[in-house]
Formats: sequence, C-alpha cells, structure tokens
Amino acid sequence: MKINKIILSFISAVAILLSTSVVSFAKVVGDKIVLGAAISLTGKYSSNGVHTQNGYNMAVDRINSMGGVKVGGKTYKFEIIYYDDESNPKRAAQLAERLISQDGVEFMLGPYSSGLTKAIAPVTEKYGVPMVEANGASRSLFTKGYKYLFAVLAPANLYLDVAIRTAVELNGGKGVRIAQAFEQDAFSQDVRLGILDAAKETGSEIIIDDKLPKELNDMAATLVKVKQMKPDVLVVSGHTKGALTAIRQIAEMKVDVPMLAMTHCDAAKLSKQHGKNSQYALCASQWHKTLTYKDDFFKDGMTYAADFQKEFGYDPPYQSAESSAALLVFKDAFERANSFDQKKVRDALAATNMQTFYGNIKFAPGGQNVDKPMVLFQVMCDGAGKCENKVVAPLKWASAKLIHPIPKWSER
Amino acid sequence: MDFMVFQYPMITVQACLDGILLGILFALIAYGMALQWGVMNIINIAQGDLVILGGYIAYFMYLYGIHPAWGVIVSPIIMYFVGVGIYKLVINKVVDRDLFISILATFGISILFMQLMNFAFGADVVLANSGYGTTFLFDSAVVLPNSKIFSAFISILFAICLVIYMKKSKLGRAIRATAQNARAAKILGVDTEKVYAATFGINAALCGVAGALISITFTIHPYMGLPYTIRSFMIVIVAGLGNLPGVALSGMGLGVFEEFADYILGTEFRIGSVFLLLVLILVYRRFKLSRKREYLK
Repeated sequence: MKINKIILSFISAVAILLSTSVVSFAKVVGDKIVLGAAISLTGKYSSNGVHTQNGYNMAVDRINSMGGVKVGGKTYKFEIIYYDDESNPKRAAQLAERLISQDGVEFMLGPYSSGLTKAIAPVTEKYGVPMVEANGASRSLFTKGYKYLFAVLAPANLYLDVAIRTAVELNGGKGVRIAQAFEQDAFSQDVRLGILDAAKETGSEIIIDDKLPKELNDMAATLVKVKQMKPDVLVVSGHTKGALTAIRQIAEMKVDVPMLAMTHCDAAKLSKQHGKNSQYALCASQWHKTLTYKDDFFKDGMTYAADFQKEFGYDPPYQSAESSAALLVFKDAFERANSFDQKKVRDALAATNMQTFYGNIKFAPGGQNVDKPMVLFQVMCDGAGKCENKVVAPLKWASAKLIHPIPKWSER
Repeated sequence: MDFMVFQYPMITVQACLDGILLGILFALIAYGMALQWGVMNIINIAQGDLVILGGYIAYFMYLYGIHPAWGVIVSPIIMYFVGVGIYKLVINKVVDRDLFISILATFGISILFMQLMNFAFGADVVLANSGYGTTFLFDSAVVLPNSKIFSAFISILFAICLVIYMKKSKLGRAIRATAQNARAAKILGVDTEKVYAATFGINAALCGVAGALISITFTIHPYMGLPYTIRSFMIVIVAGLGNLPGVALSGMGLGVFEEFADYILGTEFRIGSVFLLLVLILVYRRFKLSRKREYLK
C-alpha cells in the first residue's frame, strides 16, 4: 500500500514535470518569445555553425538587456532552443519538424549554409512558421515562391558581380577576359551564374571555366591554364578550401594575374594562414566592420566588432554579424505586428525596411534582402608582414584605394 | 573536352612532372596499404584518415612554431603507436576473420576518426607553410613548387628505408615470413601477434609521413581522407601485393592520369575519373586478385 502510494506520487510528479516542461517550450510563455534553430555544432560546418550561434546569442543578450521586445504593451525577452543538425540536411529537416511539432516553436532562425537552409525551408513553409535566416545565400532559395522565408543577406549571385564590374570599369568600360574556377555546390555555382550574368552585360569573355570537385585540394591544372592564357581576372570560389588552396598554389607557382577575386577569405583566415602571399586578393563579403551602417542596439560595425571580440575572443566574421542582424529583424517585425500571430508577423517581416549595423534590410517578394550591396575588400600587408582586410569597393564604403593591377611576383 | 595540354609541349611536361611528383606521394600511402593487406589480409578503409591525422600532427607543430618539415619525423613516431593501438583495440579481433568483416571494421574506424578529428581540431581547412619556394625549369615555362619536390624526395627516402628494413632486420624478416605463411611462421617461433601489431603500426607510420607531406603541399581537413584511401586501393589493385616497383610505377601512373584527366575532361572529373578507372580495372581483373595472403618483398 505504502509502496503503491510512493509510486503513484512519483508518477504524478513526473507527469507534472513533463507537462510544465512542455508548456515552457511553447512559443510565447510568460515573458519569453521562444525561437528555434537547428545549427551545425558538429560536422563539417561546425566552425561557421558556431559563428552563427555566437551571432544569435550576442543579439539575444543585447536585445534582452536593452528592454526586450514590446508587444501589446508588454515586454518580452528572446530565448532560443538550439539543436545540433550535425551539418546534415536530413537531420536539419527532422529537427525543424521536431522544433515545430514537438517543442511548439512558432518562429525559426536559419541554420548555417545554403544547403541546410534548403532542407529546412520546405518544413517551415509547410507549417507556416516565419523563418529569418542569415546564412543561406543560394539563389534557388528565393525562386521557389516561399512565403515564410526571409534572408538578411544578399543572394549568392551578387557575391563577385562587383569584382567583374570594377575590372571592366578599370579597363575603360571594355570587356575583360575572365578565368574562373568554382566548386560544384549550390552556393559556388550560384556565384558562377552571377559572374556569367555580369560577363554578358559587360561584354566580357570567359576563357577558362573550371569546376572543382568537393574533395579537391589541388588546383595546379587550372593555374597552369591561367599562366598560359593570361586572363585579366581570376575568380575562385570553393569555400575556405578553395580560397586556401588557390592562394597557396598561386604563390608557389608564381601565377601573375591582374585581379584575383575570391569568396570565403575571412572564414578561411586567409591573411593569418598565408600572410603576405594572400596580399592583393579581393574578397567578397556580406559585411565588414568598417561599414558605417548604424542601429540602436550595436551602434555600428566597429562597436559590434569590439563587443564581439570582448565576449567571444575573436574578430567577428560576417557570418556572426548577419546572424545578429536576423534577431534585430525579428524584434522589429514583432513590434510592428504588435502580435504573435504567425500570419501577422510574416506580413510585418515582408514589410521590413530598416537599417542595422549590418546593413539596410528590405525583402524582395522572394525573401532575399535587396537593400544591401556586397562589399569587396582587399588583403593589404604592411612592410612587417601584418595583413589587414580593407574595403575597396563599392566606392561609397571604401576605406582604401584598390591596388590594380596586382604587382608581378618577380617585382614583389 | 579540351586538348590544350597537348597543344603546348610545356604544359604536357608540366602535367607529367606534377603527376609524377604527386604519384610518388600516393605510392607511399599505397605501399603501406599493400604491406598490411599482404601480411594481414586486411583492406584498411581508414588509410586516408590516418593520413589526415598525420597531417594534423605536422600542422600542430607548425602552429607551435616548429618547421612542419620536422613532421615527417615526429608524425610517423606518434602514428606508429596510434596504429598499434588500433590494432590492439579492434584489428586483432578481426584479423583472422573474413575480409568483409575487416572492411566493415576499418570503415567504422574511418568514420570514428573523421568525427574525432572534427571534434578535436575543428572543421576548418588548414595547411602548414613550409616557405620552400619554387623551382623554374625550361626558362620559367615549367613551375614546380619545392614543397612537391620535397614530398616526393622524402617519400622515396622512406620507401627505400622500409625496403632495406624489411630485408635486413629481424622484425622485417618475421613480417615477410608471416606474410608467406602465418601458421608456419608461428610454429617456427614467430610471435605473429606482435608482427601484426608492428605491421599495422608501420602502415600508420607511413600514413603519418604522407600526411605531414600533404599538410605542407596541399590542405588538410577532417573529411578529406577518402580520396587517399581510394587512390591507394587502386594503386595496390593495379600493382598487386608483392610488387613494390609496381606500386611505385602505378602510383606515378595514377598521378599522371589524374593530371591529364584534369586538363582534358575538366577539373570536375578529376576524382571522378579515378573512380571510373578503378571500376574499369576491377572489371578487367574480374577480382582475380587472389584472397590468399601474399608475400611482400
């Protein structure tokens, strides 16, 4: 009898615990707005996954400490439920299901990378859950007619567009000869499509068009062709591996090319890993700390960078900055919607028109941010071999003058 | 299709030299695989992951300010013990079993190593800078990074040392005896357990050397091991187990094949063409490669 009682009370205690924990996971509880995110904390995207998470956390802390989100005259605080998607698209889609149907999350933040965002978007769309994502730039995300997907970043096809246009401008408006090598993945191929468009519009000619397989760590053949054909611009995009391999082999093989444009330089810590060999490389970036955009929470890029450095011990890559911006967008949308109704929040998101420290944000019907141009920085080193990234294009934001053409290796 | 590589003789020379230097490095990894395959009848799917782990050792030396070239000495020593450890923990339980059990076991080790390396070292692509400069040949028409020449040279050096060691030393003789006939060797007093452990250790050490060289020449990343496994598997299939000059030759052949495939078919088909070649060779040989243990010179 006594044992039965103990068991009964134990079971009811567990039941009460479970029920309260379920309640506490629902979307808005008490004074909390709970957002869900599947992030790559392990697996091949884990470094950028952590940058993303740090960006989210930084913004959550900042918004909460500066008064939170005001909806219907009440103040709410942000909270995020994270799951590790193991850099695996299938897992990411499962976790999105779980966040929505089990944990009751009604608003989502994006994962890291275009591939994983692509895996999650159909799920959030199905449930009508608004998702603000900061790390999926692939053009194909924005052509599917998704209504609940919003990206604070510029789409992938614009990454190196500005490099080609700058080269043409420096060539007196005449078309240039382009050599390009792109990894075979959704993102890099989108960057490639952007180059093709830019080449067509400017009358430029593509003389080398190589595709790099995912496993590749040797670009010697492409570079031999570059030496032979002498293009005006060499464009490389293959995530951090592509950037590192390209710089290593260009330096070793002494390939002279007037302009070298790449993606993922800061994620690859190019100037740190390669030092002076990376000098003069042009890199596409969503954001740079010297840009002069402003907001009330992080003030500006320099302040954000300093605060981030203090909190996490490293200079923020753009992946963190854009992730922080996603939270600012959410806060703004909640307050304008003045409601937690998913449909109303979605409409408020679609009508977003604001400036953050990361850049202007205004969504096209497809969900991509059309109000923030990409910037191009150039790696510049001083005599002592200390290298820095300086914004050189577009001219409005430039903090240094573009060095063009790149000096020959024999003259360095 | 692009036949530029044949239109300019200097590009042909460049492709051949690049391929040969690369192939020598592949041959070193394949040599370790052949050794262990011949002695223990184990196909090590984790070969490429051992290579990458070796590369990380050199990379960490580089991070701490030691020239990464010293990695070719430190990395094999550490990797030898890693190899012996793997043998004691896993391989000795499958060494007398079916070939497929050992493939499964090493496949598991491969996945484990990938995840552990990712966990311990992070998912960033890294490299170690040797600062070795460049060699120009034929009036600068052919360019060879010295790091590649260094890799090939070190690979040859280690291969020669190993051949001599196998011929002259007591352990080497015991390894060869075990490869010929394990049971007979055991009856005659060879501690085959020890021989197996040493063989696995030596293979891991060779991977360590190759990994250190790869960190100097190319880049390393926790998930980059598989192409190295495939390449060495292929080299061994082509050359056969008891055939060291064959391993060296087919290694270089594969390197040159890859370079030419890169120029002619396009970079995107480089690794793909290696896989295709593997299939063709397997079909051609129709799995004739006998499953019996063979003697490795």
